[in-house]
Parts: sequence; structure tokens; C-alpha cells
Amino acid sequence: MLQHDVLVVGAGLAGMRAALAAKQAGANVAIISKVTPVRSHSNAAQGGINAALTDRGDDWKEHAYETVKGSDYLGDQDAIEILSQDAGRAVIELEHMGVVFSRGPDGLLGTRRFGGQQRARTFFVADITGQAMLHVLFEQLLKSGITLYEEWFVTSLVMEDGQCRGVVALEIKSGKLELITSPAVVLATGGCGRIYEPSTNGLIVTGDGMALAYKAGAPLMDMEMVQYHPTTLKQNGILITEAARGEGGYLLNGKGERFMDKYAPSMKELASRDVVSRSEQTEINEGRGVNGCVLLDLRHLGRQVIETKLAYINEVALDYLGISLAEAPIPIRPGMHYMMGGIKTDVHGATRVPGLYAAGETACVSVHGANRLGANSLLDTVVFGRRAGDASAAYAKERGHKNVSEAFVADEEARIKGILARSTDGDSVAKIRLEMGQVMNDNISVFRHEEGMKKAQTTIRRLKERYARVGVQNKGKVFNTGLIFSLELGYMLDVAETIAAGALARKESRGAHARVDMPDRDDANFLKHALVFRTESGPRIDWLPVTMTQWQPQKRVY
Amino acid sequence: MQITLRVKRYNPEAPEERRSWTQDYKVDVPEDSTVLDSLIQVREYVDDSLSLRCSCRGAICGSCAMRVNGHAALGCKSKVQKLLGKDNVIAVEPMGNQPVIKDLVVDMTVFWDKIRQVQPWLQPQGPEPEAEYVAPNEAMQHLVGVMGCIMCGACVSDCTVLEVDKNFIGPAALAKAYRFVADPRDGHAKDRLGLYNKAGGIWDCTRCFECVQVCPKGVAPMDRIMALRDQAIDAGFIGSYGARHAEAFASSVEHSGTVNEMSLVVNTFGMFNLPKLLGLLPLAIRAGYKRKMPPLFHKPVEGIAGVRRIFHKAEEQQKAARG
Ligand SMILES: Cc1cc2nc3c(=O)[nH]c(=O)nc-3n(C[C@H](O)[C@H](O)[C@H](O)COP(=O)(O)OP(=O)(O)OC[C@H]3O[C@@H](n4cnc5c(N)ncnc54)[C@H](O)[C@@H]3O)c2cc1C
Ligand code: SF4
Ligand code: SF4
Ligand code: FES
Repeated sequence: MLQHDVLVVGAGLAGMRAALAAKQAGANVAIISKVTPVRSHSNAAQGGINAALTDRGDDWKEHAYETVKGSDYLGDQDAIEILSQDAGRAVIELEHMGVVFSRGPDGLLGTRRFGGQQRARTFFVADITGQAMLHVLFEQLLKSGITLYEEWFVTSLVMEDGQCRGVVALEIKSGKLELITSPAVVLATGGCGRIYEPSTNGLIVTGDGMALAYKAGAPLMDMEMVQYHPTTLKQNGILITEAARGEGGYLLNGKGERFMDKYAPSMKELASRDVVSRSEQTEINEGRGVNGCVLLDLRHLGRQVIETKLAYINEVALDYLGISLAEAPIPIRPGMHYMMGGIKTDVHGATRVPGLYAAGETACVSVHGANRLGANSLLDTVVFGRRAGDASAAYAKERGHKNVSEAFVADEEARIKGILARSTDGDSVAKIRLEMGQVMNDNISVFRHEEGMKKAQTTIRRLKERYARVGVQNKGKVFNTGLIFSLELGYMLDVAETIAAGALARKESRGAHARVDMPDRDDANFLKHALVFRTESGPRIDWLPVTMTQWQPQKRVY
Repeated sequence: MQITLRVKRYNPEAPEERRSWTQDYKVDVPEDSTVLDSLIQVREYVDDSLSLRCSCRGAICGSCAMRVNGHAALGCKSKVQKLLGKDNVIAVEPMGNQPVIKDLVVDMTVFWDKIRQVQPWLQPQGPEPEAEYVAPNEAMQHLVGVMGCIMCGACVSDCTVLEVDKNFIGPAALAKAYRFVADPRDGHAKDRLGLYNKAGGIWDCTRCFECVQVCPKGVAPMDRIMALRDQAIDAGFIGSYGARHAEAFASSVEHSGTVNEMSLVVNTFGMFNLPKLLGLLPLAIRAGYKRKMPPLFHKPVEGIAGVRRIFHKAEEQQKAARG
């Protein structure tokens, strides 16, 4: 049996930041990840990280206000204040660790503009900000000597007396299941994008932590808040960063019009993401698109800007479309991108299950509410990752270790044996996943309505039944990715069900949850979070008031 | 589009004689598919026992390096259409220079051990400033080019030296090393250069160019290694075997225009073929290391003035490039 004070599940930005903080607080920390840390999906973040630096004349209150407004007033304002107040420190800390942020002519950190914000307060490394940050945090992890269980897959949480006491995990290389105990577990497992098809998210982003916490009794929150990013490639869902518009890119419809003038006269292309995605979808739906897309035009930015500041997306456009951004506009459309919802935590990352913490995209603090501002998520990972690390270390110290029965491993062994024993006749994990992805993308996306969401809900239920019967062809132990996909699909179906439940419960339109059958925001009845609890008969919804400090709801115009 | 993926497979759990084999998968894929898309189609709809790593599909996570038609590449950056050979076959194998775990999955433990060896974290000197370090944007831009490395291992897979010398730190780790040496915020460039100036370090590269060719992110590890060599010499590491022989070679060529006994007559490559000429340096270094380097006494060749000019020019250019 392996034992640590704090066990962090996930080695993306949130997980590594949490592990470093817990280590600094004196805990014996281990970090476990189903992929090598630098493969984590944080590396795909392109555009940047927000911070209002006071020595640049910016004000955290402006950042906080714009985040609140962006969230369509569903974000908890106490948490948003923490986020924006701590942002400057977090960015400078990253710089000191080694992140090679772009600079201005004076050698100081430079910024670019991002959506939903009046000021340029997004710090960036060309268009590979996530990769730059992830690799630097990994460097710090190597330096720290924190134990790393690399390519280990967590199959369940160890729950005893209502407390989380560790995990059971599969060492992918050997196929061996191990018990790892710790008085505090931090889930930093990222989002759940693969529930949708297509998605900007990597194939490993399967909502594992959300499903694990949900099963352990911790509620998920605001799961209906699924962000569609305005600029993704039709063909494979790959993201074209908002920085393309931040640097001055235009959106054009099939008639060559800059249609955002109509929908957001003041912020135009840089309105909030939900607003831009809806505008694009409206253009497409009303016949002013181009083969189901609209166009992103960067030609006027010039080669120099494109090749230095937007080099990666230029590479993507060349690789997948054969188009150079300096020469022609590219077709793009809204695509599933980010989960505002997640495991409900307080501002210290604590879930409602003792011993269980969460941070990053898998958590919902909530700083993003009904719509996240671009470049606020990287910030969320490092600010709340650190806080979860601190809090979990303190909790572990106070509680100390308890013996845990090895029976937990035997249970998981039996479960996995069961999956491997099933036949694969006719059905497959891949087919079920694709059907789930399509039904979610068709019905719980940019625009929604009752009937569609119900259809998604019943389809997911049916798919769950099929899932319970489907097996995998690969019966081996060593690097059995077939088995891993099967386990991931189980997680995704559970999470998909909570998304549908939340969406059906919210009978209004707010942020990313835009219902054509109920187009107005209803503050009187729905200025509140939807908590989803697991019960034997399916998800149960409960409501929680939004925390407000300084900003009262207003009509949202951009 | 009908294609055949000819995949080299390996299953350590199978009986000895059936552990490795080549398997053909015929699949129908869209015209614009990548090799990775096609492999995913196989594993999802044909055979889920085929193991490979992948995630982002966008050449950023570094998971999917493999050998495609004999050369290391990212599966997700390799367009099927450009690779089709006879009978629409594409050959897919695991990366080289790393032990195979299963099918296309290799064990990268040694890769990461070598990354660790170069102390891959920023080591600033003196007290931390309150705000950010002030640093020229150009220097940072330059670093972005190196830290674009996604640690995929493609360069390591195809490095010719690693094939024969497992102790070589290798292209990826040395590129990473360069990233710190070239960082104006790092205060330990000299210690680092000392660290890399050992057997297995910067002098072991033969400049075969493979790593530059296969790197999917334009990191050009070989160029970074050459830059480290220059800096090592500038920093005074001339006592080491590699640097000593590089210097001897350079001064010999500069002095006489040839390194006789080795038949490395500059003329062979054309007096003005500077890259090729400089490309010979490592050969001499390795020869020297193995004590095969003959004494360097010989008469200047004709046209020596030209050779000297080339050398001085190259030196100036390198100095200018380093700023
Ligand atoms: C294409 C793209 C671009 C983006 N651009 C930006 C941007 O410019 N600015 C911004 O602020 N945000 C951006 N975002 C959002 C942001 O990148 C993510 O929300 C954030 O990086 C998530 O980090 P994380 O640490 O929570 O999770 P991740 O980085 O996804 O890490 C999850 C970790 O959990 C591990 N894990 C998961 N399940 C298991 C399991 N069962 N067992 C063991 N380990 C497990 C994984 O191995 C991984 O290490 C972008 C997102 C995408 C997809
Ligand atoms: S150039 Fe040097 S480092 Fe690169 S592959 Fe050849 S020998 Fe290896
Ligand atoms: S240098 Fe290039 S080939 Fe080598 S690991 Fe980095 S990205 Fe891959
Ligand atoms: S899948 Fe990420 S690099 Fe190819």
C-alpha cells in the first residue's frame, strides 16, 4: 500500500500548482496522472492568462466586474474577487518560475486584448501560453522531488465513513491495481469535453474527476453551463484562439459583412464568448454562413504579427486546411470548448465530502458562472490550485493517517474483470461514445429547447444501459487502452446525465444556457446555482443562492 | 479513400514466437485524414487491442510520435495523402531508440531521465525582483522557438548517435538545456555549460541533421547544440576533449586549409561550401576522441586565404547571431 499526506489526481496546471503548494506547506505529496504531465490538456491553451496589474494602471475591480458580467451574474462574487485580486501575484510568480511571457519594448510583460474586457490585460506566450506554463510547472515539479505516478489511471475513490481516504488506481503499463491512501485527495482532472463530438478538447478530457466526486456524494454545480468557443475548425474541432480576434481579427459572414456590428456594436468580435457564438450560429442558421461556418479574417494583421504572435494557429491552419492566415480567411464555427460547471467547492477547494478537494476545470468555485471569459481559466487553475494545495495539506496534518482495507482493490479488480469478460458482439465503446457526443452536440449546445434536451436525456439513459453490457476486445494487462476508454466512457455518461439534468432544470436563458423556448434571463427565479446530487434513481437537483458582494445584476450589453 | 496501414505490432504478453508481427489494416478514411485519425479509426472500429498514445490531435501534447514510413513524426501532423506509397500503404512503427512497451507505445523513462540530467528549471541569481524580470522581448521570442519543444521524442527516436551511444544526452534534452543557457534570467549559464561539457554531452553530436529534419515543431535541436558548443568555448571550456579537438580542427583548417591525413580536404566539398565545411568539425572531434586523429602538420593548400576568409566570416556571423 502506498501512502501520502496529500494525493493530487491530475498533473495539469491546477494539479501541479496544488502539489507544489502542498509540498511547500510541508506535506508528503504525490501526484498521479493518466498521462505524462506535459501531455495534460492545459498545454492546448493558446491565448493567455488574465491579470490586472496595478503597476500598469489596471484595477482588479475592473477585472472582477467584467468577470461577473461575463458570468451573466451567476459567478460567486467573493470567489471572483479572490481570483482577480490574486491574479497579479500569480502571473509574476509564473514569470519568476521561468515562463517566457512576451514583453513590450521596455522589457516588461506585454498584454493583448481578450473578449468581454475593455482593457488589454491578457499576458501571453505567443499563442502557446498553456504549453509554456505547463512545461514550467513541470520543471518546478521535477525540481521539487514530489512523487509522480505517471500513466496511472484512477478508477475509484476510497470512501470510508463518508470521508475520502485515497484512491484505487491502475498502473497502465502493467495493468496492476494499487491502493494509494491519503487523508486528503485533490481532484484536478480537468474538463469533460469528449462528452461532445466535436470538441476542442483532447481525447483524454473525459470528466473523470467529476464522475468520481459525484459518485462519492459530492454535488456537481452548474453543469448545464457548457461553453461553445466561437472559433473552432469544422473538420476536427481544433481551436483557433480568441487571441486571433484580440490581435484584431474580423468575423465575416458569407456576404463578407462584419456581422458582429449588429449583435455587439461596441465590443464587436470581442464581446463575451456566449454572445459571439450565438451571433455566429444565428448567421449560419439564417443562411448567411458558408457551408455551416462563418469566416475568420486575419489578413490585415500582416505576416509579421501572424508569424510571431499567432504562429501556432497559423501552423494549424496550414496543417489542416492548407491555408496561410496571411493569405485567406478560414472557415470556423462555434464548438464545444469548456465546462463552467464542475465539482462544487468553496474558495479553498474543499468539496462537500471531507478529505476531498478539487481545483481547475473539474471544479466549480464558481468564478465563471454561466460564461467564462477567455484567459480566466488558466488563472483559475493556478490561483485555486494553490489554495486547494494549501488547504488539503492543512487538513491532512490535522487528520493524520488511517488504515484502509485492501478490500477496495479487490472490489475494483472484480469490476474490471467483469468488463473484460463481457462480449463485444455488435456494440462498442466507440459507437456509444459517438452517439453520446452527437446527441449532446445537437441538443445541449449553443441554442437549446425543452424537447431537444429531453431527447438528449433519454438517449444518455439508453446509452448507459448499452454501456453496462459492452465489453472490450483487448483482454491483456499491458497498456490496455481499450479498457481505459471503457472506464472513461463510464465517467462521461455519468457526467452527461448531470449536464442534461441541469439544463432541463434551468427554465430561463443565462450565459451559455440559451433556450429558444425561454429566451429571457429570470433573476427572480433562477439567480441561483443548480447543484446535482447522485441518487439511485438518477440526478437530483438542488439550488444554492449566488454570493453577491458589490455588483447587482444588470442587463448585459456588449 | 482506401488505405492500408502496415503497423508494426508488439504484445509482451503473447508467447515468445508471436510477440511481434506486422499487421495490415485496410481502412476507408476521408481525404484530409492524418495518420493519427486513421489509427484512431482502426482502434475504435476494427481492433481496440492496438495501443498508441494520443490526445490533442493538434501537434501540441507530444503524445503521438511514431515512425511513419521510416521516419519519426507526429501521427497527428502527418497527412495520409502525402504519405501514400505503392498500393496506398503507409508503414507505421513505434519510435526508435526507446524500448517498446506495446505496439506503438514506447517507454520514455530514459528520455525523461536525460531531461532531468540537464537541471531543467530556471536558476536565477540574487534576490527575486518584486515585479517581473526585465528582459528584452527579442531574447524571449528566441526562447519561445526552443521551448516550443513538446517533448515528443521524435528527435531522440531518429538520432544517429543514440543508436550507438546510449550515454549521449541527446537532442531533446540538450535543446532544453540551451533554453536555460540562453535565458537572460538564468544566473548559472557557466555551471550549466560545464555540466553539458562532459562525455555524452554537447560534443557527442555528429551533426547528422536527423533531429532537425524530424522535429515537428521547428526546434532544430542540432542548431541549439552547436550554439551550446560556441558558448562553451566562449566560456573557456577549452580544456575538454571535445572543445580541444574542435579548436585544433578549426585552427588546422584555418591554418592550412586541410586536415591532411583524414582526407578531409576542404576542396572535396568546395572551398566555399561553408555549412559542409563546418559540418566536418564533429567528425574530427569524434575521431579525436577515439584517438584516431593524426597529427596536424601539413603544408597550407592552395587558396588558403579563401579558407581563412570563410572562417573569419563564419566567426563574425556567429558572434553577431549571439549578439
Ligand atoms: C484548446 C484550448 C485552448 C484554451 N485556451 C485557453 C486560454 O487561452 N486561456 C485560458 O485561460 N484557458 C484556456 N483554455 C482552458 C484551459 O486550458 C483549461 O481549462 C485548463 O488548462 C484546465 O487545466 P486543469 O489543470 O484543470 O486540467 P488539465 O490540464 O486537463 O489536466 C487534467 C489532468 O488530470 C489527469 N487525469 C484526468 N483523469 C484522470 C484519472 N482518471 N486518473 C489519473 N489522472 C487523471 C490528466 O492526466 C491530466 O494530468 C483552453 C482550453 C482548450 C481546450
Ligand atoms: S544532429 Fe546530433 S543530436 Fe541531432 S540527430 Fe544527429 S547526432 Fe543526434
Ligand atoms: S525537439 Fe522537436 S522532436 Fe525533439 S522532443 Fe522536442 S519537439 Fe519533439
Ligand atoms: S495527439 Fe497530441 S501531438 Fe499528436
